This record gives sequence, C-alpha cells and structure tokens, in this order.
Amino acid sequence: MSILTSQVSDRPAFVAEQFDDIDQQRDAAKLGMWIFLATEVLFFGGLFLAYTIYRFTYGHVFVDASRRLDVVLGGTNTAVLLVSSLLMALGVRAAQLDHRRLLVRLLLGTAFLGCVFMSIKAVEYHNDFVEHLVPGAHFEWKGPDPHNAELFFWIYFAMTGLHAIHVTVGIGILLVLALLAWRGKFSGGNYSQIEITGLYWHFIDIVWVFLFPLLYLVGHR
Amino acid sequence: MEKVVAPKIYFRTCIALLALLALTWSIAYVDLGPFNLIFALAVAITKAIVIALFFMHIKGSRRILHLAAIAGVMWLMILIALTLGDYFTRGWVPLSH
Repeated sequence: MSILTSQVSDRPAFVAEQFDDIDQQRDAAKLGMWIFLATEVLFFGGLFLAYTIYRFTYGHVFVDASRRLDVVLGGTNTAVLLVSSLLMALGVRAAQLDHRRLLVRLLLGTAFLGCVFMSIKAVEYHNDFVEHLVPGAHFEWKGPDPHNAELFFWIYFAMTGLHAIHVTVGIGILLVLALLAWRGKFSGGNYSQIEITGLYWHFIDIVWVFLFPLLYLVGHR
Repeated sequence: MEKVVAPKIYFRTCIALLALLALTWSIAYVDLGPFNLIFALAVAITKAIVIALFFMHIKGSRRILHLAAIAGVMWLMILIALTLGDYFTRGWVPLSH
C-alpha cells in the first residue's frame, strides 16, 4: 500500500474527490435524482395537459372510448407496480443494511414484476390491435364522433407508451444493478445507485397511479 | 448513516396503497356524476403522496429534497393552470374582426 492511500485510509475509494464523505455524496445523488424527476413530471405533464384539455372538450366520447379499455388488466397492472415498489423499497433497505443476497433477490424480484407489467401491457395492446382501437388506417369506431374517439386512443397510446418505455429502461437498470450487487459493488455504504434507482422506480409507479384512473376509469363503468 | 426504516412500515404502506386501489376501482362502478373524476383524482393524489412519503423517503429526509419534490409539482400546476386559463376563457371577450 502506498503512503498516500494509508494516509487517507478512513476515506473509502468510492467517495469521489469533491465530497467530504459518503453521506454527502449520497445526499448530492438524491438531490440530483429529485431534480431529474421534476423534469420527468413536466415531460409527462405535457401529455397530462393534452389529456385534460381534450377530456373537458370531448367528455362524452372520452367516456365511451375509455369503456373499451380492459379495466381488469389495467387494475391488475396497478397492483403489480405497487407490489414491485414494495420490493424496491425493501431492496434499498437491504442495501442500507449491506445484505447482499437479499438485495440481489429483491432487485431481481422488482425487475420480474416490471416484466409482468410489460407482459400484461403487451396483451392489452394486442387486444386493442385486434379490436381495431389502434389509431390510424385500421381504426374502427361504431359510436358517434369516431374522430375524437380516435383522439382518445392517440392519447392512451402516447401516455401508456411513454410510461412503458420508462418501465423498460427501469427493468434494464435493475438487471444491471442486480449483477453489480452480486459482485458486491454496493457494500460498505456505497449504495447511492440503488437508492436513486428506487426513486426512479417509485416515480414510474406514481405516473401509473394517475394513468390508471384517468384512462381506465373515465366516468363510471 | 441514514435512518433505516422498519420493514413493517413498507408492508403497511403497500397494503394501504392496494386498499386505495380497491377503493378507486370499486367506486368507478357507482355513478356519482362529476364526483367520479374528483374522487378518482383525490385517491390518486393520496396514493402519490403515500408513495413519496414512505417509499421515496420524503418523510424524514432533508428539507432540500422536499423543495425539489414540491417544485416539480408546482411547475406542473403552472403549466396546467395557465394553459387551461387560456383554453377555457376563449370567447369570453367578443372579438371584432
């Protein structure tokens, strides 16, 4: 061991030069993530705004269009994401307590539930396609005002599609983190990445918490 | 070191969220007129706050994180309020062409 490292042996190698200690580094990481999430709120916010305007402008056809969505699949997916958030929160806890095996399992479990969510979403999209609800040349609408019904499905696919991209990215990150956790990268208090990935995953959950009632529960069923 | 939360807090949070989901799902089958939307949104906002407080550790975190979280919501409110203020007041003032 060189003289230099022996002098600063109380400072772990994973603390970057600009930080006093690991706590400060973690605080900075969390603040950065929360600021990123604020930009994500606005990213999704544009779509929520478009939804709000069209919902108030074409309320009746939105109610009819919403009833064509499968509320059982949508509701099940909400429950899947909520439970995945529980596993993620327990995963962050396992990282805090340096329980490596438990952390790996919980990360894989969270990623698995993310895959379950995506599979159910794929079934839904397939059903929408078969029922000619996908906007475009094959869109069919028997009720009144087909043009604005199509508009609802544009918004539905844009919002759930953007959300699905976020879930897919999240699954990828979780799998990489699981591999790194298995190798012991997050031991000794160096779990910032786990913590901020947790924040990202819970944010995805929150977005779906709003998408479910706004898309599937328009008016009463 | 950070404060480690007991697992039962997370389990209770999850059970509360699932109960809120069951509530909003079942209420959707009752016709409350415009209150269906208001109720669904109220439940969604409650769920979001519960997730932020307990899963995302806003409860017990430093003030600056509260600020960042609230800032995100505030900007969204500004976006929605100003745009709706435009859309739904058009036609209030008759324009002479």
